[in-house]
Amino acid sequence: MERRELLKLIAAATGTAFVGGAAFAYEQRAAVNLHDTGFSELDVAFLNEVGDVILPKTDTPGAKEANVGAMMVVFAADCYTASERQAFRDGLTQLNSYSKEKLNKDFLLLTAEQKLQLLTGLDTEARRYNAEHGVYRNETARPDSQNRASPVPVPHYFTLFKQLTLYSFFTSQIGATKVLRYSAIPGRYDGDMPYQKGDRAWAT
Amino acid sequence: MANNDYDAIVIGSGISGGWAAKELAEKGLKVLMLERGRNIEHVKDYVNAHKEAWDYPHRDVPTQQMHLDYPVLSRGYQLNESTFGMWANEQESPYVEKQPFTWIRGYHVGGRSLLWGRHSYRWNEEDFLANAKEGVAVDWPIRYEDLAPWYDYVERFAGISGNRDGLDVLPDGQFLPAMELNCVEKDVAARVKKAFKGTRHILNARMANITKAMPEQNRVNCQYRRKCWLGCPFGAYFSTQSSTLPAAMKTGNLTVRPFSIVTRLLYDKDKKRATGVEIIDAENNQTYEYKSKIVFVNASAFNSSWILMNSATDVWEGGLGSASGELGHNVMDHHFQVGASASVEGFEDRYYFGRRPTGFYIPRFRNWGDDKRNYLRGFGYQGGASRSGWRKNIAEFGIGAELKQAMSEPGGWQIGMTGFGEILPVHKNRIYLNHDVKDKWGLPVLEMDVALTENELKMRKDMQQDAMEMLEAAGLKEIRGFDADYKPGTGIHEMGTARMGRDPKTSVLNSHNQVWDAPNVFVTDGACMTSASCVNPSLTYMALTARAASYAVEALKRGDI
Repeated sequence: MERRELLKLIAAATGTAFVGGAAFAYEQRAAVNLHDTGFSELDVAFLNEVGDVILPKTDTPGAKEANVGAMMVVFAADCYTASERQAFRDGLTQLNSYSKEKLNKDFLLLTAEQKLQLLTGLDTEARRYNAEHGVYRNETARPDSQNRASPVPVPHYFTLFKQLTLYSFFTSQIGATKVLRYSAIPGRYDGDMPYQKGDRAWAT
Repeated sequence: MANNDYDAIVIGSGISGGWAAKELAEKGLKVLMLERGRNIEHVKDYVNAHKEAWDYPHRDVPTQQMHLDYPVLSRGYQLNESTFGMWANEQESPYVEKQPFTWIRGYHVGGRSLLWGRHSYRWNEEDFLANAKEGVAVDWPIRYEDLAPWYDYVERFAGISGNRDGLDVLPDGQFLPAMELNCVEKDVAARVKKAFKGTRHILNARMANITKAMPEQNRVNCQYRRKCWLGCPFGAYFSTQSSTLPAAMKTGNLTVRPFSIVTRLLYDKDKKRATGVEIIDAENNQTYEYKSKIVFVNASAFNSSWILMNSATDVWEGGLGSASGELGHNVMDHHFQVGASASVEGFEDRYYFGRRPTGFYIPRFRNWGDDKRNYLRGFGYQGGASRSGWRKNIAEFGIGAELKQAMSEPGGWQIGMTGFGEILPVHKNRIYLNHDVKDKWGLPVLEMDVALTENELKMRKDMQQDAMEMLEAAGLKEIRGFDADYKPGTGIHEMGTARMGRDPKTSVLNSHNQVWDAPNVFVTDGACMTSASCVNPSLTYMALTARAASYAVEALKRGDI
């Protein structure tokens, strides 16, 4: 499929026009240009779709609104080891192949229900893969690994997608202030504040 | 060259250097403060102080390039985007590890006073007596009584928050109101007190974070942002910039010269006095000399000894102070990263507001009073309780709305503590010059040869076991002990290498921190320490520095130095 067509398709599927639009607000602040990550706008859009299945819009904003895809490729490009980055990159096509294999369609063409179903299955497969390969990765860990003399095995690509989605989302302004709570200057400390089930957690 | 003469030169601008400059300048001396790194201006240069996680290009996460460029910092938690640039450049300023030693350095005005843990505790009477009683190393030439008034003095000015707890093991001081314990910490503290019949205490940590404004220093009380390491625009924690430097500048007697790497003290072997220092300008690589009547060496423990090792080498091959045979020896730190954590049941209807930059402190209880162990000395704990946030383990939630909801709410309460143990001064734990490796300016570098000994290894068993025991006694669940294999240096409490003592044959400094062979040279940072105690050391450096500065000015007036 041509890139232009895919862009149109994504715009249609998501209601987001991202070419030159404000959807990439992150980039206005970012010191890292997408160009320098080795990933494309297409990759970012794809990852936003994947991220939005992992953390969907509910009564609060979801991953796509926080533009997690743009952050994920920066983490993958700059904070991942070479082998992690390769697994992440390969994962972009592997996930689509998985979609075609299971549901006979490109991932982006799936309905919301199908996406959730597909990725829930993939999440389970990823855990099984990690267990079989002796990989332990905390899905909410900081997304940088050190280059060690004996590199640790790389987790399943979906675990990487999930980790980066979670980290990118909850450290974003939208995630931290609209889904979690954040007070820039608390000014005081109360170590015994009432809490009711459903009240949001502090971002930090 | 007329402007190269001063009454006093202070080498270094960190916690102890800032105190030396303030005290000497306030007493009327014309002071030159030399700092090897760049200047950092209070508030104006704290460029990240108002940034949030999302303002950093990598959300404060280090890149692979940062890991590559900073292999030492990379070992710990210090490598991140928000404090990047505040640590010594490891390519320009290498060192050699005969045995693993993690050396965390801050080369800029303010030094590590901008990047410290801020826990501030007095030593107790026994800390000064232990070496003599146990026949370890050499006796301290001073006692608690010698330092007590100076603790009072520096606490009042630095601003230390804490409670007066009335314990001999952790002497009380001049405190601002303590930072509060949260509801879970208070509950656990009460249970531990009861279970151990008042022999173990979970106390409010004593912090160099002010809980009341200090308008005379233009300092605002802590705003509970927990961004201390970004430089506090409120001046709410003690640093050179927030506290001692403005006071010193106000006298009109202080000149600060950044980018000044001191290469050696100039030494007059006939008069047995230092006459000044030689520096390399870090920017233009030119050599300059500055003259003074006295020199305060506050370059941080290891670099202070490095300067001594490079000084008066025509008289002593090993440098000034090496006649003792102890220069560079008796390296100490605090060994830590061992303790326990647990889950707390209940308190689901309680939470907290504000990001408190501290937690609780448990003072030493081992080898204290009637307690006797199969090792010497003891340890304290730092810890805290909190509810887990979005980074809790969410393995059971898969993906989707349910996962998002689970991550959006606080999880259960957790409590944890890590011990900080005393390391004995051991002669064979040492640093020395390595002339084969040079830094960017062609200067020889330090080589570290330091390892824990049996005493610390035995102590660590208790540090883990006792933490677990306290959590268990408090009725907590899922108790997890840990021992994360401490590596020397990671406590960032380097001490020793130019110890104080009573005899020039076995110590580098006398009871007023004067180099035996050059009484107008004072070393008052971590290098001077004869033993390590188990409490955080900076407050003691402040007190020792103020005491030595007062003595130096008196001695100067008397014409003794």
